[in-house]
Amino acid sequence: MIEIGLGHYLSLGAIIFTIGIAGIFLNRKNIIVILMSIELILLSVNINLVSFSVFINDLTGQIFTLIVLTVAAAEAAIGLAIIVVYFRNSGTIRVEEIDKLKG
Amino acid sequence: MIIHAVFFYTFSIVAIFSSVMVLASKNTVHSVFFLILDFISISCLFIMIGAEFLGMMMLIVYVGAVAVLFLFVVMMLNVAQQKNEWFASTKSSTHIPFGLLFSIIIFFELIIVVGGWKYKENVSNSLSLDIISETTNTHSIGNVLYTEYIHLFQLSGMILLVSMIGAIVLTFRKRSGIKRQSYFKQISRERNEGVELVDVKNKEGIKIDD
Repeated sequence: MIEIGLGHYLSLGAIIFTIGIAGIFLNRKNIIVILMSIELILLSVNINLVSFSVFINDLTGQIFTLIVLTVAAAEAAIGLAIIVVYFRNSGTIRVEEIDKLKG
Repeated sequence: MIIHAVFFYTFSIVAIFSSVMVLASKNTVHSVFFLILDFISISCLFIMIGAEFLGMMMLIVYVGAVAVLFLFVVMMLNVAQQKNEWFASTKSSTHIPFGLLFSIIIFFELIIVVGGWKYKENVSNSLSLDIISETTNTHSIGNVLYTEYIHLFQLSGMILLVSMIGAIVLTFRKRSGIKRQSYFKQISRERNEGVELVDVKNKEGIKIDD
């Protein structure tokens, strides 16, 4: 309990990953919160990579975290641009009302 | 060692609380602020276990760029006033038990994976890029990133370029009634379109249309 090991960091990553998944499932409000849940999931992946990298004493995980960071930034930019265009065309971004594809 | 534990539990409790509040808060602007708090506490954890370059990079990229981008979009679209309606949803409220069930299943699977990791004996390094304790974290990342991983580095630059072009093209809007500057038209203009030689008769002058 006092000695902080790899398992603590992995558990933290698992908890934040689960919260992100639950956010995607449970959300009814708007799509921006879903994008934020995706950011949470990527953050938990970063926690896993960095903690493994530190505890195995291998630098590769930190390089991969940099790449994940880049992809997360690009994904946020593209997603927000799509949301802005959708809001301009249809006037709403509520999750319940986005059902044009009848999925 | 106990101070390490105290800091770890503080930052991780703040991180978990704020990531719950990202989903549960009524106002979307508050969700973005809790997201920023989450990123800050996780980057403090990264700095604590010795990955200080990545901690600072997360502060710069996430808090400085991504969260502010979210804030801009939330304020621009004026969706902050939409109230949270998790449990007052009339049409289909079956998503709540299903969502909770799936996320709890995923959580226990991850915990099982972590528990199985504890009993594994040997871990093989991938490229044996050992973390050398004499150089700083930033120094060793720089040593590796520009030599071993140069292609990944340049590819991530290409990803950023493509996403920038995509965002600009998506949100670009052509409005009617606005005069724009067209370099192609300006440069390809010739003399006989722009200049007209007129013989002006004496005492009559010439009418210049404006």
